[in-house]
Amino acid sequence: MSNASSAPQHSTELPNGWEMVVGLEVHVELDTKTKLFSASPNRFGDEPNTNIDPVTLGLPGALPVLNKQAVELAIRLGLALNCTVQPSTFHRKNYFYQDMPKAYQISQYDQPINIDGFMMLPGDVRIGIERAHLEEDTGKSTHIGGTSGRIHGSDYSLVDFNRAGVPLVEIVSRPDIRNSDQARQYVAELRSILLAVGASDAKMEEGSMRCDVNVSVRKPGAEFGTRCEIKNVNSIRAVGKAIDYEARRQIDVLESGGTIRQETRHWDDSEGRTHTLRTKEDADDYRYFLEPDLVLLDPDQEWIESIRASLPMLPAARRAQLATLTGANKESESVYVIVERGQDDYVSAVAQAGGDAARALVYVQQAFAEEGATPKVAASDIATLTQMERDAKITATQAKTILSEMVANGGGDPVAIASAKGFEALDTSAVEAMVDAAIAQQADAWAKYCAGEEKAMGALVGAIMKASQGKADGKVVTAILQARRAK
Amino acid sequence: MTKPFATVVDIAADIAAGKTSAVEVLEQHLARITERESDIHAFNLVTTEQARATAQQVDADIKAGKPVGPLAGVPVALKDNMCTRGIETTCSSKILEGWKPPYDATVVTRLQQAGAVMVGKTNLDEFAMGSSTENSAFGPTKNPLDTSRVPGGSSGGSAAAVAAGFAAASLGSDTGGSIRQPASLCGLVGVKPTYGLVSRQGIVAFASSLDQVGPFTHTVADAALMMEVIGGHDPLDSTSLPQPMPSLTSVLGQGVKGMRIGRLADMPDGCEPEVLARMDAAYVALQAAGATIVDIALPSLSYCLTAYYLVAPAEASSNLARYDGVRYGMRVETGDLHSMYGATRAAGFGAEVKRRIMLGTYALSAGYFDAYYGKALKVRRLIANDFAAAYEKCDVILTPTSPTVAFPLGDKTSDPLTMYLCDIFTIPTNLAGHAAMSVPFGTGAHNMPVGVQVLAPALGEQTMFRVAAELERAS
Repeated sequence: MSNASSAPQHSTELPNGWEMVVGLEVHVELDTKTKLFSASPNRFGDEPNTNIDPVTLGLPGALPVLNKQAVELAIRLGLALNCTVQPSTFHRKNYFYQDMPKAYQISQYDQPINIDGFMMLPGDVRIGIERAHLEEDTGKSTHIGGTSGRIHGSDYSLVDFNRAGVPLVEIVSRPDIRNSDQARQYVAELRSILLAVGASDAKMEEGSMRCDVNVSVRKPGAEFGTRCEIKNVNSIRAVGKAIDYEARRQIDVLESGGTIRQETRHWDDSEGRTHTLRTKEDADDYRYFLEPDLVLLDPDQEWIESIRASLPMLPAARRAQLATLTGANKESESVYVIVERGQDDYVSAVAQAGGDAARALVYVQQAFAEEGATPKVAASDIATLTQMERDAKITATQAKTILSEMVANGGGDPVAIASAKGFEALDTSAVEAMVDAAIAQQADAWAKYCAGEEKAMGALVGAIMKASQGKADGKVVTAILQARRAK
Repeated sequence: MTKPFATVVDIAADIAAGKTSAVEVLEQHLARITERESDIHAFNLVTTEQARATAQQVDADIKAGKPVGPLAGVPVALKDNMCTRGIETTCSSKILEGWKPPYDATVVTRLQQAGAVMVGKTNLDEFAMGSSTENSAFGPTKNPLDTSRVPGGSSGGSAAAVAAGFAAASLGSDTGGSIRQPASLCGLVGVKPTYGLVSRQGIVAFASSLDQVGPFTHTVADAALMMEVIGGHDPLDSTSLPQPMPSLTSVLGQGVKGMRIGRLADMPDGCEPEVLARMDAAYVALQAAGATIVDIALPSLSYCLTAYYLVAPAEASSNLARYDGVRYGMRVETGDLHSMYGATRAAGFGAEVKRRIMLGTYALSAGYFDAYYGKALKVRRLIANDFAAAYEKCDVILTPTSPTVAFPLGDKTSDPLTMYLCDIFTIPTNLAGHAAMSVPFGTGAHNMPVGVQVLAPALGEQTMFRVAAELERAS
């Protein structure tokens, strides 16, 4: 499973009744063919400074022309996040840096394309989305020499402008997140949505999805505390760790009588702590003003509705559908995992072929981690396998063995495999006889078990399984032993 | 054989008819350059070799019977803030000295497609900031009609090139009057088209929401032809209007009968009496041609200069931030990034450019934005409202282009504010995004030319050119 894991990893409680207030700013690179304002390819990993042009380099006289596909993907994402799509404008955010070719970034400011959305997290937690706006990415600097990999103290810097002008959407949540679990769930769910609507490949390791985290602490019901923004949080795991670290740091400061300065901090993943990057006083004055080289972006309603109509079923709806089909909890790990892998349609195909949906969910989760959305094994064969187990024709252990073989061979008839291996579940009367024999042979264990020592059951089950050469169903054996003791 | 100072229309017709050749026409112009350029300094670069190659190609095409464009063989000059592929484009600034763009501005491409022969890149006030072409890092341009005087600016080199017969026409850019004022001072026709009518792609930006490219010519008909070649939608400029270019050459003979000509009821102070006398003569001439004169008011006019000197520097401070020494142009090496920025920009920019960058940076800064830039935007809306009200009463408005005729070199260089006042009549058009042009209409003090400015609403070019043509007939 990827780092997008939604598996519960409960964050520890904050001390003394403190509560954290967290908002996330997530930048995602849109999966367009070309850049936001020019025709150069939007492609990761190419030779440095090959995907460039006069607009990308900010050459004198070059003018931006907005990429329609970027607008479409931004709208897709906005609609998937339940946002209102509105007429929008672009501003210039002015600052000098060597990887910012024009010395300003074109970004949406007070009139973003998507506003007022929300996302639901497990437990019916609603996280507001303030805005999801379009902007251009910067180039990438590599600082050579020095120790820290930062520009300060380096000998020289290399700049690659391939990334400059790549379309980004910045998704800004409301400060509705109250613990690091929710923050991780939010990022994971956002990633799933991005992938589902095809807006981005959302690879945090390649930087196509990047998180900035705003953290403050307060006593419940009090006003929001002063917040710090944490940058360089580059994995979902780091999101959780950085938030937990930062909240505790702020609590320590406040409890020892200090005050929190509003500042930007840097997450050092190897040290597991945050450092001051710059204080509010050092912050640039970006001198935003309306970008005079672009005009109002006013997508017509018909286009917006056609985009809405083309949206796929979103992960939340697919999880609900899979949960209904399989009887599993929609917030269970298996449901999340299957939908994230895109294998819910496959589980549904197994069920349609007459298979047991609940067992199919388990099989697919366990056996198809490497398979992607369309496993090679025919859904009808998995259906047959679930039926064999459900009807006690084979044991769970045997089913697992057959499944492994099917996966290894890219398919196979489970009936044929079972018979080739001599698998058949013993009928209950045969098992009863073996239980009698085991109790007679291991009187000590039986006595202990009857006296309430649950561990003693292991020796009995082991003996029975050995006697049956694995053909007895472990669950059946356990049930018989429990029934005997209860008499 | 064409006469000296032949018009674009005549040159194109004579070449197309085989009465002369593109090479012959070019050599006449090059000869005049050889004769007088050292006194005038209209050019930053004369592209003799490329021009000869283009002219020979035009002649070969005509000889082969191939179809040629409406400007085939016409020598033109380009303001040196227009990108020309592989040819140095400096904006008369040290910071861009030696920079060769890898692409052509859209207007350059359109001139080439029309068969024009580019003779050179003309001098300007650095980054088009000025009204006399004295702010060039490469020295001032002189007025060909009196070389002790300025040609106006910022497109002074383009004006001088046409006035001196170095090119039959030229292109300039007009952010606050930078085409119309030098046209007026050099006795030429100069057009500032409606914002969005001519592509800005490849024009080195000064103030993006105000900049427009337009022609300098000897006649209104030449200006109309040039406009038809360079105007019209360009997908590479997002602010380019989607409208097709209206025909201008076809409307010139239509006269002004029944037209209502607006006259400012309150003329701002500071105009030379000879200039005002020529204005009166212009009204009389148009009246005689069948137009009526109506008094109109532009109450916000007095705020326009102030608003302009906030909006234009604000945009310039952002547009010129890219000259940072990182990717192209000048770099002054120092020990670290920030001091390199400072040293490069300190050495690369002249005083007027630095003044405007500081003005603009200040106007956009947190805490000052609303009081300065925000207020200036309000004035922009007010002047647009004033014009809208005025154009209910009239079809065009006539004003002087410049309050004065061409002034001596050095006259205003010590006081930026008096220099800024040169643009009092031209700036409102840029703030509103409207059309305006200057038409020579006799002479004033020192026997120097006076220009009359014809202002028209957005996309009012046809009406504007009819009035201009009438003024030309009457002058």
